[in-house]
Parts: sequence; C-alpha cells; structure tokens
Amino acid sequence: MAQITLKNLAHSYLANPGKDSDYALKEMDHVWQDGGAYALLGSSGCGKTTLLNIISGLLRPSQGRVLFGNSDVTDSATAERNIAQVFQFPVVYDTMTVRDNLAFPLRNRGMDAKYIAARVQQIAQMIGMENILSRKAQGLTADAKQKISLGRGMVREDVNAILFDEPLTVIDPHMKWELRTQLKQLHRQFGHTMIYVTHDQTEALTFADKVVVMYDGRVVQMGTPQELFETPAHTFVGYFIGSPGMNLFDAQVEGNRAHLQGASVTLGAAYGPIKGRTQIGIRPEYAVLTRGEGLPVKIIRVEDVGRHRLVRAEVAGQPLNIVAPEGMEVSADMTHVSFAPQKINVYADDWRVQGSAA
Amino acid sequence: MDKTLNNKAWFLVLPVLVVVAFSAIIPLMTVVNYSVNDTFGNNEFFWVGLEWFEEMVTSDRLHEALGRQILFSAIILAIEVPLGIFIALNMPKKGFWASLCLVLMALPLLIPFNVVGTIWQIFGRVDIGLLGHTLAALGIDYNYTNDPLDAWITVIVMDVWHWTSLVALLCYAGLQSIAQPYYQAAKIDQASRWAVFRYIELPKMKGVLLIAVLLRFMDSFMIYTEPFVVTGGGPGNSTTFLSIDLVKMAVGQFDLGPAAAFSIMYFLVILLVSWVFYTVMTNLDRQEAK
Repeated sequence: MAQITLKNLAHSYLANPGKDSDYALKEMDHVWQDGGAYALLGSSGCGKTTLLNIISGLLRPSQGRVLFGNSDVTDSATAERNIAQVFQFPVVYDTMTVRDNLAFPLRNRGMDAKYIAARVQQIAQMIGMENILSRKAQGLTADAKQKISLGRGMVREDVNAILFDEPLTVIDPHMKWELRTQLKQLHRQFGHTMIYVTHDQTEALTFADKVVVMYDGRVVQMGTPQELFETPAHTFVGYFIGSPGMNLFDAQVEGNRAHLQGASVTLGAAYGPIKGRTQIGIRPEYAVLTRGEGLPVKIIRVEDVGRHRLVRAEVAGQPLNIVAPEGMEVSADMTHVSFAPQKINVYADDWRVQGSAA
Repeated sequence: MDKTLNNKAWFLVLPVLVVVAFSAIIPLMTVVNYSVNDTFGNNEFFWVGLEWFEEMVTSDRLHEALGRQILFSAIILAIEVPLGIFIALNMPKKGFWASLCLVLMALPLLIPFNVVGTIWQIFGRVDIGLLGHTLAALGIDYNYTNDPLDAWITVIVMDVWHWTSLVALLCYAGLQSIAQPYYQAAKIDQASRWAVFRYIELPKMKGVLLIAVLLRFMDSFMIYTEPFVVTGGGPGNSTTFLSIDLVKMAVGQFDLGPAAAFSIMYFLVILLVSWVFYTVMTNLDRQEAK
C-alpha cells in the first residue's frame, strides 16, 4: 500500500498535442493519501476513466510522473504496480468456474494453494456466492458476473490500490446499496486505497471520505462532501453536486455587497476588485422566501417532491430554485427571497474567490 | 377468445415449395430414380431395387476413395484451423495495415477454383513452374505427376493456400468483437499470454470456429475442381477423392446407376457428419453454460 502522487500529469490521445483542448487530461498535481476512500466524480467524457487507467498503468501518460510511495512507476507495467481494477461492465472468464475466476489473480502470482482456497472462500462469503462456487461463470446474470469481478478485484490482499470504474452501473438498485455498503466495510477492514469512479453524486458522497470532482479534463475540487456542498471551488461543482444544483447569478461585487440588476444582497465576506465574469452562487437550501425582506421574486411553480417542496422562481430575470423544507410556509403573498450571507460564494470566471472577513 | 382456424395460410408457402421443388427436390429425385433402375439409354428403365447400393457399399474402389477423402479432410482441418487462428491473432487490429491485411487475406478466396488449380498445376511443374523448377534446382526430387506423396503435398498446400484465409478472417472477426476491458482485466490479473488465449480469446472465438470447421469440412469433403485440374486424380488413383471418382464413374464410364447410388450415400455421409459436428459442438456449449 502506498500513497499515490501525480506529478505534472497530463494526457492526450493525439500523437502531437498542441492546443489545450487536445488534452483529455490537463496538467495536474495531486496526492492520493494511502488508505483513503476517494470518489472520482464528473460527467461522461471528462477524463475520469483516462485518469484511472493512467494510475493502473493501462495507459502511459503523455507527460508527468506517477509515484507510488517514493518509487516512480510511470513506466512500470500494470503487473508491477500491483493494482486491482474493476470495470464498468462485468469481465469474467466464461469457461472457468466462479471459484477459478476468483482464484485466477492469486494463481497468476504463484500463491500457495491452501492460502488461495481459504482466501477464495472468504471473498465468496463476502459477495454471497459460496453456494455457487463450482458453477461455470458463463450462465450467470450480469449482477452475479459483476459481483465476481468485484470479488476478483478484492481477492489480493497486498494491492497498492483498488480502482473501481463505475462498477455498479449494471447492478439492480437495491443490490447497489448493499454492495456499496460492503465496499465501505471492506475499506474500513483492510484499509486499501480505493478510488471509485462514478457520475452518480449519491454514490460518490456515500462511498467516499474525499470526493474528487473532474470537469473537462481537470480536477476542479478535491474535498469532503461537506466542503463540496458548502464551498464549491468551481461553478461546475456547485451545479453538479446537489439536487438541484447551486443557483448562479451574474452580479457586480463591491466590498461585501453584490449588485444584481438594481437589487443588492449582503455577502458574508468582503472582496477586492474582481476581474472576469463575476457570479454569485447560493444553494437552493439556503434561499428562503419572505414577505418583504430581500430580493423581489417571481414564483413560477412549486413542485412537491416528498420530503420538501421545490420552488421554481425568477430573480432579476434569472432562474432561481428554492428548497422549502417540510413545515416551511409557501404562500402567494411571499414576494421576496433572502439569501443567508455566509452561504453565498463568489466566482470569477467560474472559479471561487476567497473573500476576507467583512 | 376462440382461435380462428384457417388453413388457407398454407397456400402462402406454395411459391417456396415450387421453387425448392424445381431447384432441389426434383433433380434429387432423378438421381434417386437412376439409383434404383438400370438403363441402356432411350429412357428405358429396368427396376433393380437396392442392387447398386449393395454393389457400392461393398466396392473396394469406393472404400479407398472414402479413405483418401477422410484423410485429406482431416489433414487440411488439422493445418488450416490452428494456422488460421495463429494468423488472426497476429493480424494488426486497426489502421492501414489491418485493411491491407484483410484485402490480401481475402484475395485467394476470390480466385475461381479452376484458376487456383491451374495456378498450382503450372507453379509445381518441374520444367516451367517456379516452385517445381526451384525445388529441382535445389536438388530436391519433386514431381507431383509421378510421386503420390508429392501429389498429396501439392494438393494439400494448395488447399491451405486457398482456404486458410477463410478460417483466419472468421477468427479475426471473432477476436475483434472482444471488448477491450477483457484484455485490461487480464493485465490487472497478471494473466500470461497463454492464459489470455485460453480463457478469453478461445472461448470468444468458439462460435466462429464452429462455423469455420463446418464450412471447411463440408468444402474439403466435396473437393473436386482443384485436385482434378492439378493431378487429375493421379498418379494412379492416389489423389482420386470421392467427387473425382464419382465423376469418373458417371461421366467417364457412364455407369449412371452405381454413380447415382454413390452420390446419394455421399450426400447422406456429409449430412450425417455435419450434423454430428454441429450437435457435439452445441452440446459442449450447453454443458458449459450449466
């Protein structure tokens, strides 16, 4: 097990990349702590799988180094890196039995037969397949096959890291929950570094200690679920995390006030002059309808989504979502909306600006 | 709700029946007719029952041709299937070279059978053929018109040249359909090259291999044109395979009765062997699924 360091890493699928847009992964520097549970979150095509394949050694990066602990493994083959990876679609060896499938990585490393038998039994128990160990893998359902893939990923105890590439896509929803909980348990038990790629924020937020959000080939934020929610470093994080995402308004910021087309709101911090496109962001959870305080608002419709109501509205010509928790009043005479000043984030050209105490 | 029973729908099958009758059933029936009659021309037939069949079943000539035929099919299958797999595994997977390989591989398949025969007939000649002349110049005693072994080697090499492409192309298609994650997972699991072949590639190619073996068996069992053009069945009878013998009997000697009985049995043998192949291989499949 080792800490994984990415140094000036970038990757392009083209032979001679020139422009910034030629790169599938833009240059990045990151350290993945040993034993951490990470979720790699982002929309399709943002470079998640590319990054994963670079860490596991299936791809060689166009530039930069990959370090495991203190040793440089950039040019090492997958086998030498001793890494486990589970893919999006089940990969099983059809002609082998479930038992042989699970034992395969251990046998290839020349492990002792007794140890293999014991370890396979243990893993089978974990994925609930002890009673079908002797069956051929071919006729099994996609669920079962993916569980075998997961089992094969976890069967080696000494791996440096286990990488999951959207492993639960083909699994039934109720099963997803169960498997994710098991993965979490395994992580606590064995302390492997785990990197879990997904585009499902629930999956990411429940699995990981730290969530890494990627956007357009860049890691835009690496933080705890709490940090991602409260202080998104990039407007994409604000938009991607949360349901619905953060509200963003074009505004002019002066000191601790932001001006939106004639109206103005108080911010929780003071800001110096900001260059570029300036926006303020507020989570729908921190916007409250009032009878006169705050900005004038035009309510378009109210959706009842069960635990809370979702108010679709418009402020200064721009759309606004408000989450009204159960018990909070929503009525026709509520014509204004107020934002909690501490919860407002300010963005310049999509990146968060740190304010100083007001 | 009651089902409406209406047998008029059967008339819709009629066109197919008519076409199949004229293209297959009626010609086959004339063969059946010849096989149970003796004729001296003038469309006069004398009923002989199963006499021709008895004669053919006990005929040494037919036994020998059948033996040669089985040996020939066995040898070319034993060469072409492994060789085809080997070539498919080593072909480039994409890009310009992949297209070029595909075109080159497909070339032999496009050449008409008698042209293939002629090419090899000339190619192997000691006096003017490139192959024969070169071998002679190297001091190797090669002459397919005199030596039965040389004739066999020539016919087999020719068939391998002509048809290995088919096996290779089918296998190549099978290999191309294997998704990349299988290979990546194998790398992660540290599988050896042999294990990748044995547990990933071979199982995924099984379907196309079944087709390849079946096609090559049927084709080679019915082979006529190419060996006939090259060796004419000789020297002696050493490369006289079933089809060549059949034509000699029917057209050369005009023994239509025995030849008809022969061809019906020939047809049934191919049908039987193909069925056995197919059943065995699909059963293997089912057992594995259990």
